Amino acid sequence: MNRIRVVIAKPGLDGHDRGAKVIARALRDAGMEVIYTGLRQTPEMIVASALQEDADVIGLSILSGAHNHICPKVLDLLREKGLDDVVVLVGGIIPDVDIPKLEAIGVKGVFLPGTPMQEIVEFIQREVRPRVETA
Amino acid sequence: MASVLNSSTPGEGATKVRAAAGREGDFTTISGRPIERLYTQQHLPGFDYATELGDPGAFPYTRGIHPSGYRGKLWTMRQFAGFGTPEETNQRYRELLAAGGTGLSVAFDLPTLMGRDPDHELSLGEVGKCGVSIASLADMERLFDGIPLADVTTSMTINSPAPMIFAMYLVVAEKQGADWQTLSGTIQNDILKEFIAQKEYIYPPRPSMRLITDIFGFCAKEVPKWNTISVSGYHIREAGATSLQELAFTLRDGIEYVQYGIDAGLDVDEFAPRISFFFNSHSDFFEEIAKFRAARRLWAEVMRDRFGAKDERSWKLRFHTQTAGVSLTAQQPYNNVVRTALQALAAVLGGTNSLHTNSLDEALALPTKEAVTIALRTQQIIAHESGVTHAVDPLGGSYFVEALTREMYDGARQYFDTIDRMGGMVAAIEHGFPQKEIAESSYQFQRAVEAKRKTIVGVNDFVIDDEPPFPILYIDDTASATQIGRLNALKASRDNAAVAGALARLRDTARADGNTMYPLLDCVRAYATVGEMCDALRQVWGEYEEVPIV
Repeated sequence: MNRIRVVIAKPGLDGHDRGAKVIARALRDAGMEVIYTGLRQTPEMIVASALQEDADVIGLSILSGAHNHICPKVLDLLREKGLDDVVVLVGGIIPDVDIPKLEAIGVKGVFLPGTPMQEIVEFIQREVRPRVETA
Repeated sequence: MASVLNSSTPGEGATKVRAAAGREGDFTTISGRPIERLYTQQHLPGFDYATELGDPGAFPYTRGIHPSGYRGKLWTMRQFAGFGTPEETNQRYRELLAAGGTGLSVAFDLPTLMGRDPDHELSLGEVGKCGVSIASLADMERLFDGIPLADVTTSMTINSPAPMIFAMYLVVAEKQGADWQTLSGTIQNDILKEFIAQKEYIYPPRPSMRLITDIFGFCAKEVPKWNTISVSGYHIREAGATSLQELAFTLRDGIEYVQYGIDAGLDVDEFAPRISFFFNSHSDFFEEIAKFRAARRLWAEVMRDRFGAKDERSWKLRFHTQTAGVSLTAQQPYNNVVRTALQALAAVLGGTNSLHTNSLDEALALPTKEAVTIALRTQQIIAHESGVTHAVDPLGGSYFVEALTREMYDGARQYFDTIDRMGGMVAAIEHGFPQKEIAESSYQFQRAVEAKRKTIVGVNDFVIDDEPPFPILYIDDTASATQIGRLNALKASRDNAAVAGALARLRDTARADGNTMYPLLDCVRAYATVGEMCDALRQVWGEYEEVPIV
């Protein structure tokens, strides 16, 4: 059986990586193949990792307020590279008013503080599993 | 009451008795430390008042560094602030000072914290967001415009670019005619916890340590009242460490700095009195109080016995506390006022010298003015209404608190031994030891929350499904264009040959073994930017890249 492949990335200058690391471990424990990019990734670096790792999902951890700049760039680059089918998720501190904007540009899920890890695991399984199984 | 006592007796009917006793439960602290039902003198074998506690103001200072506790002086209520352009933050500082404050605390934005100018690729979307944007001396002049630096104390949360930002502060003071010899304030300047937890590092650990000992040496001579470092557990805890790990890693970081200072040829009593600490106050009330009390005893013993410090000021651990940002919930945000109040009370009962209370909306955004006011009022209510400030160390002698204090003390000593065996904290960091310990604790805690072994009110229990929207402070992107425009104007108007010459002298000093603060002051006077100064040292020392530990 193909395992779901997830790239967890920390874009921007922020170094608060507790959430990214906890999620990476939780997804791994749920049987997914997880690649954690480490800190200070540009959108170009993140999309390159997704391409190289043949990722089904990109999880962006953003707590600094830079999401309105970073997410559109990542999604544009994915389209440019023909990776439109990669599921992009955002976790972190995102003001409510920005969530519809992120969804409008193609972010599939926005997860705020307090979200159970299991909810994210199930979300990914629901979004990605059929595709992986028919691949 | 009888049924409670019987509950520890196994045998027939035990289940029923336990039910009668009230709750099935996990009686451990938030850090997973088991707590017994009752503490008595049997939990303190060989307890010796003079060795373990001492009176307040006397070695080993477990009960506090001042004989009169908070009767002599309340803790400093210092609220951390900064956002947008220097002018916007200057306005907030003027309001704070007009309201009777005498201390400022500067929050810088991420580009400044990482030594990048506002026009750098990685600064995209970050300028002025999490703090104020400072790119050159010109910005620092705007930040402190109309604020006499001779009369205020300023705390600056800055680490990798601490020497550059501190040099800017000193040049602003110089231009105002203030005397460096009487200037007072604090720079965080704690790079070890950046490698361990917050990850705002630039250079590899060893040259980073040299910048710190350069500041120790420089300040001992030029700015003797300045607090040269604030050794910080706060970020270590926020990254997921337990209370004990926070205590142990922070103090072991402190030991590392003192050792490097001595190795750089400084006399311990010349720089150690200017070392201060910064702890987190989390939600487990008694465990936190025990942590603060144990910290003072550990530091006093380490400074006297390990380093042979003779000056009592070198023995006394002074610390700032911030309530636990990570404990705040985005759900039912008003509950955060109560969390913060309990955490602040623990800090006060633990004898903190300075305190920042978080605002109720900080799991959502930077705080609004209204939220900041409630946070400050929380401290004022503890100080002026609760009565807890009347007696010094009011929990001293409690069987429970003393047993916990002893456990924290012993546990920290064990960590010191482990890290000493690795060759010190720099070596331990290079091995990823504290990083692994923290990642493990943080994951275990999250699993405990998911399994509901730990309750977070409003998150995994007592949940409200349809919460009303909550008003937050929304910071737009206007600061970025302003700051980039200014940077371009500055580069067009300054003497660029003078900047290049000063940067070359900085690189030369970094390659040799002089004190980097002097060439940095010249770079600042020539209006070199934070990015240019940090890049000059990147060229000499390279950049640190961590191996991510999940």
